[in-house]
Amino acid sequence: MFRVTHQPIDLNELVHYVADPEAGAIVPFIGTTRNNNEGRKVIALDYEAYPEMAEKELARIGADAGKKWPICKMAIVHRLGPVQIGEASVIIVVSSAHRDAAFGASRFAIEEIKKTVPIWKKEVFEGGEVWIGTQSGQPLSALK
Amino acid sequence: MKVKVKFFAILRERAGAAEVLKEISDGCTIADLWRQLQKDYPKLDVPGIRLLYAVNQNYVGLDYVLREQDEVVFIPPVSGG
Repeated sequence: MFRVTHQPIDLNELVHYVADPEAGAIVPFIGTTRNNNEGRKVIALDYEAYPEMAEKELARIGADAGKKWPICKMAIVHRLGPVQIGEASVIIVVSSAHRDAAFGASRFAIEEIKKTVPIWKKEVFEGGEVWIGTQSGQPLSALK
Repeated sequence: MKVKVKFFAILRERAGAAEVLKEISDGCTIADLWRQLQKDYPKLDVPGIRLLYAVNQNYVGLDYVLREQDEVVFIPPVSGG
């Protein structure tokens, strides 16, 4: 399951989705919005995506993770629109027979999301707002 | 021929538009299109910005030659997570 949504993300739904009789581990990662960034007092974050491509890139990350680690199933859901402080902006849940694979794939997925998935956040802070983002590294697919 | 250009995030705000149809000539590359768009929307020239380029939801290089009805997106620095 790889998607973007304007609704709050339901962790339980994703855990059920990746549940597998062959799995001995389910690793959830929840990215939440922080109340401060680089000395600014953050009020909220507002996420925007190129949705068709974002979901395609999330699925590509899932497929790449499946090549690197023997995982059973993976779900990545990214929230869009305004996200209040403390709420989940992204949830990744991975199941695998043994825990190392799920931890590895989860870490890989969040790092890749930050590099290649066309999602942008605008930080609304006390006194202004700013688009966040650093282009770190070339997406793999750009090199083909 | 025409291509569809979509703007997101800072570029959407700078262009003041989310989507435009743009008439281009044969052999027009991503780089050529970007130069033309900067004439139409001078504010698109954000100092120091690094962009990636996507056609029909796939990353491409600056030298990609555009085709009729391609959907082109200039991707400003991403910040998901």
